Amino acid sequence: MATHSHKIVPGYTPPPDVLKPGHSLSSITDRISAMVLRTATPQWWLVGVSLASLVLLLFLMSASYLLWFGVGVWGVNNPVGWGFAIVNLVWWIGIGHAGTLISAILLLFRQKWRTSINRFAEAMTLFAVACAGLFPILHTGRPWLAYWLLPIPNTMWTWPQFRSPLVWDVFAISTYATVSLLFWYVGLIPDLGTLRDRAKRTFFKVAYGFLALGWRGSSRHWHNYEKAYLILAGLATPLVLSVHTVVSFDFAVSLIPGWHTTIFPPYFVAGAIYSGFAMVITLVVPTRKLCRMQDFITLRHLDSMGKVMLATGLIVAYGYATEAFMAWYSAAEYEMDMMYFRAVDGPYSHVYMMLIIFNVLIPQLLWFPKLRTNPAMLWVLSIVVNIGMWLERYVIVVTSLARDFMPSAWDSYGGTFWDYTLYIGTIGLFLTMVFLFIRVLPFISISEMRMLWREESEASK
Amino acid sequence: MKQEEKPEIYGLVAEFPDAETIVEAAEKVKAAGYDKVEGYTPMPVEELIHALGHHKSPVPKIIFGGALLGCLTGLGLQYWVSAIDYPLNVGGRPLASWVSFIPVTFEMTILFGAFAAVGGMLLVNGLPMPYHPLFNVKRFSYVTRDKFFLCIEATDPRFDRQETRRFLESLNPTGVSEVEH
Repeated sequence: MATHSHKIVPGYTPPPDVLKPGHSLSSITDRISAMVLRTATPQWWLVGVSLASLVLLLFLMSASYLLWFGVGVWGVNNPVGWGFAIVNLVWWIGIGHAGTLISAILLLFRQKWRTSINRFAEAMTLFAVACAGLFPILHTGRPWLAYWLLPIPNTMWTWPQFRSPLVWDVFAISTYATVSLLFWYVGLIPDLGTLRDRAKRTFFKVAYGFLALGWRGSSRHWHNYEKAYLILAGLATPLVLSVHTVVSFDFAVSLIPGWHTTIFPPYFVAGAIYSGFAMVITLVVPTRKLCRMQDFITLRHLDSMGKVMLATGLIVAYGYATEAFMAWYSAAEYEMDMMYFRAVDGPYSHVYMMLIIFNVLIPQLLWFPKLRTNPAMLWVLSIVVNIGMWLERYVIVVTSLARDFMPSAWDSYGGTFWDYTLYIGTIGLFLTMVFLFIRVLPFISISEMRMLWREESEASK
Repeated sequence: MKQEEKPEIYGLVAEFPDAETIVEAAEKVKAAGYDKVEGYTPMPVEELIHALGHHKSPVPKIIFGGALLGCLTGLGLQYWVSAIDYPLNVGGRPLASWVSFIPVTFEMTILFGAFAAVGGMLLVNGLPMPYHPLFNVKRFSYVTRDKFFLCIEATDPRFDRQETRRFLESLNPTGVSEVEH
C-alpha cells in the first residue's frame, strides 16, 4: 500500500491486509448482514447452540441445587471462604477486558485491525461480565438479598461500608457492565438501521427498526455520533483499567500474605487482557471459518492478537517474578513462607507449576510469526492460556487463604462436584449467548467496515 | 394545524454513487447559498460534514456536565453516608476518609459520563424518531448500504420546486426525487 512505505529488508514479509482487496461498500454490507438475515439457519449453528444450551442446563441445575441447599454444597469453609466462586469471578471479569481494550483503547490508538473484531469482542465482554456477576451474587448465599450491596435507603437504617474494596467492586463491575452495554449498543445503531432496510420480513423490519431508533445516516447525526463514540471510548479506557485494579484491591488491600502486595493492580490488568485476548481467539478462529469471514477477519488480525497475547503474557510473567522477588526482598517470614508454600512445597505447588508452564513457557511459541498466522495452532494456544489464567486465579485465591498467620487455622481446599458443574455451566451460558448473538446481530461492525474500506481504498489510490 | 404554512413537500433529495461526488455536490450547493441542506451517508464522511458546516457538536459539553455531576454525586453520597448519616468508627480512621472514596467517585464519574454521552447524542440528534419523510423515498433505504444522499429542504428560503430540481440535476447525481411529508 502506498501509505505504508516499508523498507525492503531481506526476509521481511509485510503483514497481510486488514481487509481482503476486491470488496465494495455493497459487498461488505451484504456479506455481513446476510449472516443475520438469511432464512436458512446453518447446520453448525443449530448443533452448536444445542450443545451450548445443554451445558447451560447444567448451570441451571447446579444453581438450583445451590439455592435449595445453600453454599455448603461448595467446598468453601474456614479458612478458605473464597473458593471457585471468586476464582471464576476474577477469571470471567478478566476475559471481558479484552473486549473493551479492542473496542476502546485500540480505537484511540487508531489501530485499523480492531475494526472487524471489535463488535464480537464487545459482545464477549458483556457475556463474560454477566457470567462473572453471577458468582459473587450466588456466593452471598442469599442472592435475593444481593441488592443490600447497593446504597439503597432501607428500614434498617444502614449503609454500605464505602471504605471496603468489596463495595468498590460492586460499583466497578456494575459500572463496567452498564458502560459496556451502552458502548455496544451505540456502535450497533447504524447497523441496526442497515438490518431494518435490508430485512425482507415484516417482523424483522419492525424489530430492527425499533432498535435502530430511526437512524438515517444524516451528516449532522454522524458528527454527534462520532463525538459521543470517541468520548465513550475515552471514558471506557480508564474504566477498564480501573475494574481489574479494583478487583485486585479485594486482595491487595487485605493483610493476607501473598495478597498484600502493590504489584497486584498492574499484574491483574495485564492478566485480564492476556486471558481476554485468549478468549477472543478461542471464539473468533472457529467463527471466522464457519461464517466464511476470512476476508474481513484476516490472518493480520490473528497475528496482531497473538502479539498482544505475547506482550501481556510477558507482563504477567514479570508479575510472577516480582511476587517471588518481593517475598524474598521483604524479609517478612510470612511472605517468604507463603511463596515457598505456593511454588515449591505445598499441596498446591503442582498447580503453580502448571500455571507457569501454561502461562509463561508454552506461550513463548508466539514469538514465531508462522505460529501466529496459523489459526489452528493459535487456537490451541489460546485454550492453553485460558486454562493457565484460571489456574493462576486458583493459586492466588486458595493458597493464601489456606495458610495464613496461625498454623492452627491452616486447612486445605478443593472444589466439590457442584463447584465444577456451576463453573462449567457458566461456560454453557456464555456460549449460548455467543451463539444467539451471531445469529441475530451482525458480529462485525458494518458501518465501521465501510469506513475502513474507504480508508483502504483511498490509501491504495 | 396551519397547513398553509407548511411547504407542499419536505424537500428534494439527490442520490450519489460515492463519497467524492457528494462532497463536490455539497460544496456547490452551499456555494449556491442553500442553507437547509443535509447529507445522508452509509458511514461518516468527514469532508461532507465540514462542507455542510455540521461540525459543531454540543455533545462533548453534555458529557463533561454528566461526568462532573457523577463525580459530585459519588463523592457526595459517600461523604454523606460515611460522615453524616451513618458514622462508623473503624479503627479510629477519620469519618470523611476521602482517599478510600476515590474508586467509587471515579466509577460514578464514568457511569454518568457514559449515560450523558448516549443520552446527549440521542437528544441532540432527535432520536428516536421512528418516522421521517425521507423514509418515503424508495431508494433512500440504500443509505444504509452503499449510496449517498443530499437533501435540500423545502423550508430553505431559496427553495423552488423546479429551479432547485434543475440545480440538483446539474451536480451529476444518479437520480433526484421529491420527498413527501
